[in-house]
Amino acid sequence: MSDFEITFDGRPIPVAAGQTVGAALIAAGIRSWRRTRVADRPRGLFCGIGVCFDCLVTVNDRPGLRACLVEARPGDVIRSGRA
Amino acid sequence: MRDEPAAADVAADIAVIGAGPAGLAAAVTAAAAGRDVALVDAAPRPGGQFYRHRAVSSEEEDRRGGRGWETFVRLREGLAAVRYLRGHRVWHIEPGFVVHALAGDGAERGEGGNGDEAAEGGERGGRAVEIRARALILAPGAHDRVLPFPGWDLPGVLTAGAAQALAKGNGVAPGARTVVAGTGPFLLPVAAALATAGSTVAGIFEANRPFGFGAALARHPARLAEAAGYAAALARARIPYLMGRAVVAAHGDDAVTAVTVARLDAGWRPVAGTERLVECDTVAVGHGFAPQLELPLQLGCATRVTAEGDLVVEVDAAQRTSVPGVYAAGEITGIGGAQLALVEGELAALSVLAAGGASAGEMSSAAMSAAAMSAAARAVSGKAVSGKGVAWLLARRRRLRAFAAALGAAYAVRPGWPAWLRDDTVVCRCEEVPYERLVAAVALGATDPRTVKLLSRAGMGWCQGRVCGHATAALTARATGRALAASDLRGLVQRPIAQPIRLGDLAHAPETREKEPP
Repeated sequence: MSDFEITFDGRPIPVAAGQTVGAALIAAGIRSWRRTRVADRPRGLFCGIGVCFDCLVTVNDRPGLRACLVEARPGDVIRSGRA
Repeated sequence: MRDEPAAADVAADIAVIGAGPAGLAAAVTAAAAGRDVALVDAAPRPGGQFYRHRAVSSEEEDRRGGRGWETFVRLREGLAAVRYLRGHRVWHIEPGFVVHALAGDGAERGEGGNGDEAAEGGERGGRAVEIRARALILAPGAHDRVLPFPGWDLPGVLTAGAAQALAKGNGVAPGARTVVAGTGPFLLPVAAALATAGSTVAGIFEANRPFGFGAALARHPARLAEAAGYAAALARARIPYLMGRAVVAAHGDDAVTAVTVARLDAGWRPVAGTERLVECDTVAVGHGFAPQLELPLQLGCATRVTAEGDLVVEVDAAQRTSVPGVYAAGEITGIGGAQLALVEGELAALSVLAAGGASAGEMSSAAMSAAAMSAAARAVSGKAVSGKGVAWLLARRRRLRAFAAALGAAYAVRPGWPAWLRDDTVVCRCEEVPYERLVAAVALGATDPRTVKLLSRAGMGWCQGRVCGHATAALTARATGRALAASDLRGLVQRPIAQPIRLGDLAHAPETREKEPP
């Protein structure tokens, strides 16, 4: 059930209205979208409710947003990153 | 409901922080008495974690009901009389009281289906908003507590609450094959939600052996029926439930591919030779909940440590904190679940109403007047949440707190868990601090968690120790050879800013910043 699309590193991702960016990425089989500063380890969703900041992502050139809180909007451009 | 345009300044009689069960009950009850109530909440929709629902599915939820959904529908209707500030993330509260929040741009955009509006508490950027109120009811709730284990930082390992938020709030299964682990009755609805969302649940591994809990459950027919319902759902989905077992390591390269499950002794030390590998792509793990204490601690509210070792806000019989004019309800007064939160929220509102025109200072010294609260209850009867009298509410609170205490004792974190850590196990996820660096900090002479934090950087990252705080406190106490104390827990939950915020957003604050000197 997909209502619109966003892109992740250029790849189209289907979204059901009301889903967060994090949920849409997980539903598309993407488990991580960030690598850590120190050990270069992959990170994705952990707490799911805005507490842990593991799921930081860049949305429409705005870095450091929590993917678990941002509700996806049509055409959002999501980029993975390092933080 | 009356949606406030995110005005620069809002003035109200009562500000309620948090729109979960406790905050909703408090706001709706106080508004039923004709008081001007501002309900401030970060989420785009009311309900908190318990009544979490999808933007597009509340009509469906309204039909299906269950888990007290009827109560939520009644509360949601009661919001018509409340100034409901959705998408407002509170980051600081000044005495007096001035609530500082960041309002998401969606808070006034009017998007989304079903009359709901997307409002993300400023996650995409927001504006600073001040809400002034004469009384405060704090109901910020709790978040999952997760103890570290080797590999818990791998993608695919997430909190039980996150798994539930994905399944319930987004209709997404976090993976194809999930292991559910940790401790507490919350693991059961999480496993059930995962199965409903389409994930195979390889097993629920409950670290405790809560046999004694059956007696407490038998005295609470509603909870017993709920437990029986989950047991039936788990049986239907063929989900094994194993007690006295824990995930002691997660394996994988760039994501989890398997976990090691071991039997634990009563003190949670893994029993050698009992390890077995369970393949999975997802681990949902939770070891109880941590109350969100930033706001009460900012305000100077006294705290206490429960029998289970949780740091909570101290309240009196009238839900008053030690700070005049500040009331608390729900999980921050002790983890007790949604039913208790509803009762505490309603009582907190009646308590504020009973205080009437009395100034905060007068109220602090006077004993709470049961007669005044009863009068307030009569004034709102039929419009309030339960529609019941104060005596009924107090009796129900006593009963639910006794149940919560039994639950807490049966599902407490036991002290032996550090035995499953390795030297290189990440304890602080934000700053990537391994266990050995905490031990090294103690070897350097640190004897309290704050010093350990300064030396090791554990708890100094983005989450400000929310995730690793309990573990850092427990590991510090252990390394210094003493029991975990209240001071250990307090030292790591004090945060001058309750929510990380961007300086750029504050730069757009309203122009009315001048204040009288204190």
